[in-house]
Amino acid sequence: MNRRAIRRAINVLALCLSGVATAIGLFFLGAILWTLLKNGLAGMSLKLFTEMTPPPGSAGGLLNAIYGSVVMTLIGILIGGPIGMLAGTYLAEYGRTARISTVIRFVNDVLLSAPSIIIGLFVYELLVVRMGHFSAIAGAVALAIIAMPVTVRTTEDMLNLVPQGMKDASTAMGAYTWRTVTSVIYPAARSGIVTGLLLAVARISGETAPLLFTALNNQFWSSDLGAPMANLPVVIFQFALSPYPNWQQLAWSGALLITVSILILSIAARLAVSSFTQGRR
Amino acid sequence: MSASEASPRLPEKSPGAPGAAGAVRFEVKHLNFFYGKSQALKDINLSLADKQITAFIGPSGCGKSTLLRVFNRMYALYPGHRAEGSVLLDGEDILAPTVDVASLRFRVGMVFQKPTPFPMSIFDNVAFGLRLSRRITRSELTDRVEEALKDAAMWDEVKDKLHEDGRGLSGGQQQRLCVARTLALRPEVILFDEPTAALDPISTLRVEETLQSLGERYCIAIVTHNLQQAARLSDITAFMYLGDLIEMGPTEQMFTAPKNRRTDDYVTGRFG
Repeated sequence: MNRRAIRRAINVLALCLSGVATAIGLFFLGAILWTLLKNGLAGMSLKLFTEMTPPPGSAGGLLNAIYGSVVMTLIGILIGGPIGMLAGTYLAEYGRTARISTVIRFVNDVLLSAPSIIIGLFVYELLVVRMGHFSAIAGAVALAIIAMPVTVRTTEDMLNLVPQGMKDASTAMGAYTWRTVTSVIYPAARSGIVTGLLLAVARISGETAPLLFTALNNQFWSSDLGAPMANLPVVIFQFALSPYPNWQQLAWSGALLITVSILILSIAARLAVSSFTQGRR
Repeated sequence: MSASEASPRLPEKSPGAPGAAGAVRFEVKHLNFFYGKSQALKDINLSLADKQITAFIGPSGCGKSTLLRVFNRMYALYPGHRAEGSVLLDGEDILAPTVDVASLRFRVGMVFQKPTPFPMSIFDNVAFGLRLSRRITRSELTDRVEEALKDAAMWDEVKDKLHEDGRGLSGGQQQRLCVARTLALRPEVILFDEPTAALDPISTLRVEETLQSLGERYCIAIVTHNLQQAARLSDITAFMYLGDLIEMGPTEQMFTAPKNRRTDDYVTGRFG
């Protein structure tokens, strides 16, 4: 064989290997989705959205858990989102070259990849122990701490995409930095920032460990933020491990529900990004 | 673009015609500029007069853009950049630490190389600076926006779509929108940093026409790599090289009979 044939053979081999690797990855993703759909769809009914989590052996739905997840995710993003956005704005616009920014970026990256159970334990110490009991607000705070570093990172990245010339032009018009940020930079990066927030929502809506230590669970309807609150991830965790068939079925349906909502959020984020890049041309 | 836009000729201009210039606006004395440790401008002395276009030419890295950024203190955005000497605007030293840079920039406008319309409507783009400065009535705002767009010679093109996004305009229109945005503040001096370098020839022509008409009323400084543009537009030309101001004089003389050999070499294309 001459060198050319060898090089061609290596190329074909590499192509085959990467193709196989892709197929393996996609196979498991497909298998997970298929199992989820098969088992989850069986339990899909209106009852899921209208009835509370039942005791073992009787019929019921996931209403209190869905409500709890939505409420805690919303409060989480309402606390973590603005803080993260402002911190990202500091990193991109005010403290771009400051030494403290390097430290903040590093710490933020650590926080970004910290196991969420640690965040759960931290909030357990911070709020649950002091309040003396589990509560929805503790759960929301834990989710906020997880959403924050995601938002910091995406906000900084998106603001850095706004052309420096546009920022300079605003400054040259006599605008101070904050005015430039609010009137020029935020509008220019709007869909990018929204995308970051959506991704943060997607991230925290599936978190289980931090809620296990903070909001725990509640068999009944509760809208009291100071009391334990049901939520989808913990209900799935509890019901899936139980020996009762009706609980297991609800766990499958809950899992499908979370997956579908995260899928919708991700697609929305994707669409927002593409309109962002088109808008910037 | 229609054919009619391509046809107009720039009016002939007699560079440096006596009596054309007004009072001195900017007076630069012994200006030295540093990026950290490296010196970008060396002992610059010059003045810019009212109703006159001064062009700064020279090879890349000669310091002409740096000099332009001293006039509105844009350099202050970056740490380690520092200017020494004095730069007087109507007799007041703008390098003094007590000077409010925002109000300085109201008086000294700047148009950049790349058109940078803000992400808002055409109207809001032009109104941007006016809304920054002080309280202004709705009708006064409308009048000032119309006036600025007329001065930038683009009122007829955009008067029916003032509320459309400024980023939807063509490149040349975007640049004239940036000019209008600057004019709306009624500045005393306007700085142009290679305003046509990112534009096609037809758009360049339109921007040059606008510039030429503004030259009759404003004190204008323009940095350009295009020697023909400097010759066409300016009354006074300044040639810079490696941070030094080599020669400055009436444009006609600079291009036909420069006193310095390096100026001669540059304008005749022997280097740079």
